[in-house]
Amino acid sequence: MFLDLFRETIWSLAGNIARSSLTILGIVIGIASVITMVSIGQGAQATIQSSIQSIGSNLIIISPGAQRGAGPVSSGRGSAQTLTIEDADAIASQVDGVSNVAPEVSRRYQITAKGNNTNTQVIGTTPAYLDVRNIKMDSGTFVTDQQIKSSAKVAVLGPSARDDLFGTDANPIGSNIRIKGIDFQVIGVAQSKGGSGFTNPDNSIYVPITSAQHFLSGDNFVTTISVSAQSQSSMGQVQQDITDLLLKRHKISDPTQADFNLMNQTDIIATASSITGTFTILLSSIAGISLLVGGIGIMNMMLTTVTERTREIGLRKAVGIKKIYINLQFLSEAVVLTFLGGGVGVVLGWLASIGAKDFFSLNTEVSLSSVLLAFGVSAGVGIIFGFYPARRAANLSPIEALRYE
Amino acid sequence: MIDCRNLTKIYKNGDVETVALNNVTFFVEKGEFVSIIGPSGSGKSTLMHIIGALDNPTSGEYFLDGKEVSKLKENELSELRKDKIGFVFQSFNLLKRTTVLRNVMLPLLYSGVPIKERETRAREALKYAGMEESKFYNLSNQLSGGQMQRVAIARALINNPSILLADEPTGNLDSKTSKLVMEYFQELHDRGHTIVIITHEDEVADYAERIISIRDGKIESDRKNKKK
Ligand SMILES: Nc1ncnc2c1ncn2[C@@H]1O[C@H](COP(=O)(O)OP(=O)(O)OP(=O)(O)O)[C@@H](O)[C@H]1O
Ligand SMILES: [Mg+2]
Repeated sequence: MFLDLFRETIWSLAGNIARSSLTILGIVIGIASVITMVSIGQGAQATIQSSIQSIGSNLIIISPGAQRGAGPVSSGRGSAQTLTIEDADAIASQVDGVSNVAPEVSRRYQITAKGNNTNTQVIGTTPAYLDVRNIKMDSGTFVTDQQIKSSAKVAVLGPSARDDLFGTDANPIGSNIRIKGIDFQVIGVAQSKGGSGFTNPDNSIYVPITSAQHFLSGDNFVTTISVSAQSQSSMGQVQQDITDLLLKRHKISDPTQADFNLMNQTDIIATASSITGTFTILLSSIAGISLLVGGIGIMNMMLTTVTERTREIGLRKAVGIKKIYINLQFLSEAVVLTFLGGGVGVVLGWLASIGAKDFFSLNTEVSLSSVLLAFGVSAGVGIIFGFYPARRAANLSPIEALRYE
Repeated sequence: MIDCRNLTKIYKNGDVETVALNNVTFFVEKGEFVSIIGPSGSGKSTLMHIIGALDNPTSGEYFLDGKEVSKLKENELSELRKDKIGFVFQSFNLLKRTTVLRNVMLPLLYSGVPIKERETRAREALKYAGMEESKFYNLSNQLSGGQMQRVAIARALINNPSILLADEPTGNLDSKTSKLVMEYFQELHDRGHTIVIITHEDEVADYAERIISIRDGKIESDRKNKKK
């Protein structure tokens, strides 16, 4: 009995290769796209969140330029040159509730070392940066005040920058790297913070701020001042005091004319979550649409053959095959198709999300729930539309089924 | 054995009603060989489908072996079609994209008969139906009308049914094959099988002991075949 069922299923599917493969294709597309989209969406979200978290806590970032709405997309940042190291010192000494202030001069450069080269962010800063940005050293030392005083040509590498220039887990301390044609000696390597993307802190290279000004940027301005407040609750007051202080120092009486702007981590997180939220909605809709398209494909294939299959069912009934066996055969056809398609779809979706991981360096992860959802929906569609018409046909009298138009 | 009482079949198509059978009553003994003749559209196939337990009458009763068919359960109907009845359709009704052998073996599906024996029996039935062995693995849609008819006949024979119902079984056959098939039916009849065939051809009708003639859904005449 079981063998007969198995044989009939295989014969029937093999006998109509076009129908079978188109149905499988519909399922594959639906499942693979849902899995990929969801994994990219979740990967992007995780990446953005970890980037934000890696910035540091209670952080206020002051950047030069006109006051504008809180947005992390800083097209104009650094274009205006209004902030100086003295501004940073003034904040540190005159504003209450500030725990640390780290001015920085940062810009992307082409870096070479031992024949390797990479393009990354070089940040000229002070020892306070460690605390403000939550950076821990893996080996060696960070930039010291002494080195700042002497504009020493020394550099601290982020772990990814180290990997790119010297090879994974190599010990580069004492070696030289070349930034803008000038040799800097490596004095330390920072621990990984797990962020990723364009301004990944793991990729950064840190040098003394004075060295960056003298040898790299060639002027006395800074690109950002990072301030860490002592507590979350004092953030508002600290921000207000910094604004007042800088307005006074820059001799600006109208706050709307400020030549700098302040942003805190809460603003960044709020903006970023609204972006990732939109992004997730976008990807989910794409996934939903693919699932719908796949589902309609499956449904179409199943329904276009209903006439032929109804007649086949009429004939099977006419020669005395029991309804249960007819139902079982059609069910098992639908199950075999959806599982074949589902299996291929899961593998493809999984491969695609691994591809996305390597290609876009996103922390994509195939989530079990997306696999189950995609599989469930297409299996449901396949089985309902494969099996339901068959079940209905099997309830007709053989002659009615044989005459079905 | 076949006991039809006041069978009426009305097809409804929207507002149009076609009375295909009008109060047909007749009785066929076990082991009889009956021919049904009549002009096109007179209701022969409709009657045959009811006798073969493939369709239900609009009114009237039909008893097969003393059991009223319209009262049988789905599974009992299947058993009946499988074990007792061999049906040759006027339009063959073969499975598409399926070989001749698999078409003929279809009624033995889920029967517990080993696959080897099914094939032996299918080959034998095909031989009786006059089918060339070279065509056994052809797909059913690659056959001529006559070949399809022979496959349909072989399929009806494979269960060794006690009642053989054949709707124009020789309509597409040449006179030689036609004779071969009818002689085999004759042999089955001699072995005690009940046979009802529908036909246009007098030579074919003459194999039967009894000839029922139908016109406009009614029995016009029901007589012994004098030539027998
Ligand atoms: N499914 C149907 N719906 C409506 N009318 C039908 C249907 N099947 C048959 N009829 C009508 O019933 C009548 C009898 O049809 P039937 O097929 O029994 O004729 P027949 O005697 O077998 O004819 P032929 O010798 O041409 O095969 C015809 O008028 C036909 O049009
Ligand atoms: Mg007919």
